[in-house]
Amino acid sequence: MELHDVWFVLIAVLWTGYFFLEGFDFGVGVLTKLLARNRPERRVLINTIGPVWDGNEVWLLTAGGATFAAFPEWYATLFSGFYLPLLAILVCLIVRGVAFEYRAKRPEENWQRNWETAIFWTSLIPAFLWGVAFGNIVGGVKIDRNFEYVGTVGDLLNPHALLGGLVTLTLFTFHGAVFTALKTVGDIRVRARKLALRVGLVTAVLVLGFLLWTQADSGDGKSLVALIVAVAALAAALVANQLGREGWSFALSGVTIVASVAMLFLSLFPNVMPSTLNGDWSLTVTNASSSPYTLKIMTWCAAIATPLVLLYQGWTYWVFRKRIGTQHIAPEAAAGAAH
Amino acid sequence: MELALAPETLARWQFGITTVYHFLFVPLTISLAALTAGLQTAWVRTEKEKYLRATKFWGKLFLINIAMGVVTGIVQEFQFGMNWSDYSRFVGDIFGAPLAFEALIAFFFESTFIGLWIFGWDKLPKRIHLACIWMVSIGTVLSAYFILAANSWMQHPVGYKIDRAKGRAELTDFWAVLTQNTALSQAFHTLSAAFLTGGAFMVGVSAYHLARKRHVREMKTSLRLGLITVVIAGLLTAVSGDVLGKVMFKQQPMKMAAAEALWDGQKPAPFSIFAYGDVDKGHNSVAIEIPGLLSFLADDNLHSYVPGINDVNKAEQQKFGPGDYRPNIPVAFWGFRWMIGFGMASFGIGLAGLWLTRKKFLLPQHLRVADDEVPHLVLFRDKALAPTLTTWYWRIAVWTLAFPLIANSWGWIFTEMGRQPWAVYGVLQTRQAVSPGVSQGEVLTSMIVLTSLYAILAVVEVKLLAKYVKAGPPELTEADLNPPTKIGGDTRDADKPMAFSY
Repeated sequence: MELHDVWFVLIAVLWTGYFFLEGFDFGVGVLTKLLARNRPERRVLINTIGPVWDGNEVWLLTAGGATFAAFPEWYATLFSGFYLPLLAILVCLIVRGVAFEYRAKRPEENWQRNWETAIFWTSLIPAFLWGVAFGNIVGGVKIDRNFEYVGTVGDLLNPHALLGGLVTLTLFTFHGAVFTALKTVGDIRVRARKLALRVGLVTAVLVLGFLLWTQADSGDGKSLVALIVAVAALAAALVANQLGREGWSFALSGVTIVASVAMLFLSLFPNVMPSTLNGDWSLTVTNASSSPYTLKIMTWCAAIATPLVLLYQGWTYWVFRKRIGTQHIAPEAAAGAAH
Repeated sequence: MELALAPETLARWQFGITTVYHFLFVPLTISLAALTAGLQTAWVRTEKEKYLRATKFWGKLFLINIAMGVVTGIVQEFQFGMNWSDYSRFVGDIFGAPLAFEALIAFFFESTFIGLWIFGWDKLPKRIHLACIWMVSIGTVLSAYFILAANSWMQHPVGYKIDRAKGRAELTDFWAVLTQNTALSQAFHTLSAAFLTGGAFMVGVSAYHLARKRHVREMKTSLRLGLITVVIAGLLTAVSGDVLGKVMFKQQPMKMAAAEALWDGQKPAPFSIFAYGDVDKGHNSVAIEIPGLLSFLADDNLHSYVPGINDVNKAEQQKFGPGDYRPNIPVAFWGFRWMIGFGMASFGIGLAGLWLTRKKFLLPQHLRVADDEVPHLVLFRDKALAPTLTTWYWRIAVWTLAFPLIANSWGWIFTEMGRQPWAVYGVLQTRQAVSPGVSQGEVLTSMIVLTSLYAILAVVEVKLLAKYVKAGPPELTEADLNPPTKIGGDTRDADKPMAFSY
């Protein structure tokens, strides 16, 4: 396996980590409108991800930075080509980060409700747009001989990509509902489980449809295995959810995400961004990658840093492992007086 | 009009706006993390409540600020791909690596431990909780270092070769990129300026409260800490600025000639305090100068030759082909002066403050004050002048908190615009770096969207900061004074409200 193949795998791992982790915090953001009935419940939801969402988001920054370093051509084509959708995602991430930090900083109900609305939309829109982006990456886009994207924004909104968007949106919402059931106590936990069942059934249909479509377009034997794992894990997650085995259910919804991302990357390889205009103009792991020297340095860095990151991020989840409910939300904090 | 709205111009404006805006928060984040960590260390060691209250107060302002720093940083990373795709293609092999290192090593660190620190007050034992803020602080410094190494490579490319067949620059020596003198001196300068910024912020906010005789105990401590930070950081900023200046004179003679509006080479060269130039004719109509000082700044020698703008332009034309290699001279000239002027003003106020508030035993008996009283500032051992002087000093000190922010902004505008027309000095011109496939409409859209978003958020942030500055240090609760002894908190507290929640 050559270094650029290693880095293809590592980029896939980073996106997988991002979707696994930020997937559930996007989901929780969406649930603030779908599940929570009142302000204390919305606060419970927000606080289940409070200590970790920032660390989750760094997986995206690392995926971006690593793509820049390991596959500069891919980074350049992707981010200049998908300009406006990416801008929408960035705007959402800016507002979302500020919303979490600033929502409780003032007591007025108006102020808090506005930030809550912001959290809902800025979780929902990126959750949808990432699926659209990956639908396009895997499906291929109009790339010319200079590796420039020459399509329009309209081209990016094709049926396959839009279905991809619905898949990530529902899958993340399901993942978030399962996470909520795992992290809360009381009434909200029971309702999260019920909602997870409903969202999960819709997700199952969409995931199956999207992955089969991708498989038919560009899949091979390996991607078929990943597809089967993804769908089986989702079914198992639903069963575990019904049995009240919340830890298992969350792990399995995570496996669904891991296997789905793996399926997409497997059907992509050895391309990183296929061209629909001419197969020779596709960006591949060889023509888009950095020099072996850069890849070697990066490999050392990743080999040392990644286990450490997993270790201390894992520790964070352990420190904050307790379930929370409305009783853990200080009443004075509800009025905004908390510091 | 067409030229003014060319994608390159728009992309440059956007880069400038996002960078300067991002950098309003970064220096405060770096320095407040360390200062908060220092105050919390003082609390853990002495158990004095004033330190804990100060920690909570500055920690809160730090958090309001870091939130903006983090979210504006996301745009920084992705705009290279969005607006500067040809730049990314050409230098990604080199420039991407420090960026990826920054994410892998610094960002993860910072963001994970900040979560632990914010929510960990009732979940972590004292010392582990303290370690978390130090981890955040280390993360901010590492992050600054990697990004400055990347920027320094644009100022002075090293450790690379050009691969003509692939049409790109390739890394040959990563160590050289990380440790070249430009990177080291730029990191030194930027980090000391960051501490000058945080120190001045602390001085300004403390002075605001002391002028109103509120929270005296915490604010006296903070004031001294701020003043000491300002003075040490101010000195280091000046020293590192001098070091960086000498490096730049060698590596980017055009930038320094522009900074001085020195049109023609001179020996010895004077330092210009004020100049009014005529760019078309290539000379200054009016100039006030200190003889020999520029030679000294450039080369440690009062009599050295310093090349001028016209000389460097000619030399670069010979080397790189016909063209205009001059940056915007007035921006470089005034940017350089404003950077130094505002930085020094802040240092001066800090130095005066440190002298005025020197230790109590230096004051005559009748001027000593109790621990919870506002100290009188004594310029002469004359009691009569003290109250007036005190009032005036607090007033001036409040204003000083803005000075380093202005100096930082002009510092970046100077260093980035002074490099023009190069994106990578001597290797890649800015006009070759823009995204060819991105339309004018797209860049314009993103510029309008991001700039208005930034403007709105700036108002929100300043209002929040003002609110929490005015509120002062919080009252301590039972939970604050009795932190848990076990990781994850005590099981008996299972149904207690969280110490911190959003």
